[in-house]
Amino acid sequence: MLQVDALDVSYGKIRALKGVGLEVARGEIVAVLGNNGAGKTTTLKTISGLLRPTRGTISLDSEPLVGVPPHAIVLKGIAHVPEGRRIFNRLTVRENLMMGAYPRRDAGIAADLDRVFALFPRLQERIAQVAGTLSGGEQQMLAIGRALMLSPRLLLLDEPSMGLAPVLVEQIFDTVADINRQGTTILLVEQNAAMALSIAHRGYVLETGSIALAGTAAELADNAEVRRAYLGE
Amino acid sequence: MDLQLLVDIFPQVVLDGIILGFMYALIALGYTMVYGVLEFINFAHSEIFIIGAFVGVELLLGLQSLGALDAVPWPLVLLLALLVGMAGSGLLAVTVERVAYRPLRSAPRLIPLISAIGVSFFLQDMIRLFESLWHNAFNLVYPTIDALNVRLELTRTIDVPVKSLVVILAALGMLGVLWVLVNRTKVGTAIRAVAEDQAAASLMGINVNRIISLTFLIGGAMGGAAGVLFGVQYGLINPYSGFIPGLKAFTAAVLGGIGNIPGAMLGGIVLGLLEAFAASYLSLLTGGAFGAEYKDIFAFSVLILILIFRPRGLLGEVVRGRA
Repeated sequence: MLQVDALDVSYGKIRALKGVGLEVARGEIVAVLGNNGAGKTTTLKTISGLLRPTRGTISLDSEPLVGVPPHAIVLKGIAHVPEGRRIFNRLTVRENLMMGAYPRRDAGIAADLDRVFALFPRLQERIAQVAGTLSGGEQQMLAIGRALMLSPRLLLLDEPSMGLAPVLVEQIFDTVADINRQGTTILLVEQNAAMALSIAHRGYVLETGSIALAGTAAELADNAEVRRAYLGE
Repeated sequence: MDLQLLVDIFPQVVLDGIILGFMYALIALGYTMVYGVLEFINFAHSEIFIIGAFVGVELLLGLQSLGALDAVPWPLVLLLALLVGMAGSGLLAVTVERVAYRPLRSAPRLIPLISAIGVSFFLQDMIRLFESLWHNAFNLVYPTIDALNVRLELTRTIDVPVKSLVVILAALGMLGVLWVLVNRTKVGTAIRAVAEDQAAASLMGINVNRIISLTFLIGGAMGGAAGVLFGVQYGLINPYSGFIPGLKAFTAAVLGGIGNIPGAMLGGIVLGLLEAFAASYLSLLTGGAFGAEYKDIFAFSVLILILIFRPRGLLGEVVRGRA
């Protein structure tokens, strides 16, 4: 479904990605693991068009995405839950969710709103509240719910565990697995490798801008290097 | 000091203040909406405002020369003038953004500001050139519509020309429509989303450039409406008449909290009232030591005081760093 090849991305003179290649097949959860600064967020931002690669290709169902502006990439069915959630603090929960469905003109919006409320009942309780007043966990729910309002084919998740208590992290990851079971393909970037590998089908390890390892979630979880560097053993 | 006189003129002063205030509020919206999405002060907005007045006067003069000014019912004439004034200013604002600001979007902050000041001078002299060639004069007077000059006597001491009521109603209507547009429609929500976080808005599938153009269109149209109402209310306009009201509307926007739409409305009305009170009461209260001509000093003192003591304005939020 998503094919990324030989991707180079630079911030000025600093090369953030060097020849990154990865693929995501329909129906999968693919995790990208790595430390701070390894290039995980840069990879997602480049896929969703916020950054332009200096080299390399990205395609969704063999349609090229490089050079397409972010708002047009959204129309192709890619929703991106950015790092730090980036919900609209001054808008209400309902308005945030409606912005997620911004480009849609179809009749399915109400059904998707119900689906988001089924996944995150808390959001329904907070529907009229200004989003900036939500707790961190609720904000993460809103960020994911907002992305789901696009009814995306591919969901990009950037560090959904960031800044959340362990109980909440578990809850969020359970929901991510549910979303995948309901038919949404997911590319997940995460520092919490144990959590990510527990729900992913396959994974990649990103180190200083290059793919260091790739394999099924089970293979990665068994890999001595991964266990030492990312699973804290 | 004549206390009775102070009391007697009070309602009249409030009325003058409200008219002026609504005018400032309409213009201030253009500054504040553009600041909201781009964090940039569009210093050419005072000319975008006065262009509305010129487009309006051209329409009225055109109708007059056709002999149609008195034949067509005045509410229709006024509505038409407002619409063409709004269209003229709105489209001009969109063009200015495309030509003079968008190419500088990623430049250091000072650069688009200088560009805006350049556009401001350019537009002033463009109006002057055009009107000089067209009418052989650039001081133009709004044709009088008799029905608008009828004075309604409310009490013994207060009488109001119909046009003042029309100005207030039109401004109120416009502010109401804008409020609904910004707060109750999808595109208005998108404007607020873009104002808060452009990158996140683009990830929602919002075309940020289109929303920015729309913001200039709406802000410009509000300015154009204010221009027509300014012409109707005060009569005489010239290419430079936009400057001072523009600066005061900017003050109003800062007073209310720049970037904040209800703040611009509130700031405009507060400033209009302050100025009307200063104009009427200063000389009475100071025994003539300070006259009405000090009202501008008064308005700009407010700007300075706000910047010193409450830089975020009346309704503005404390600016926080983004995570």
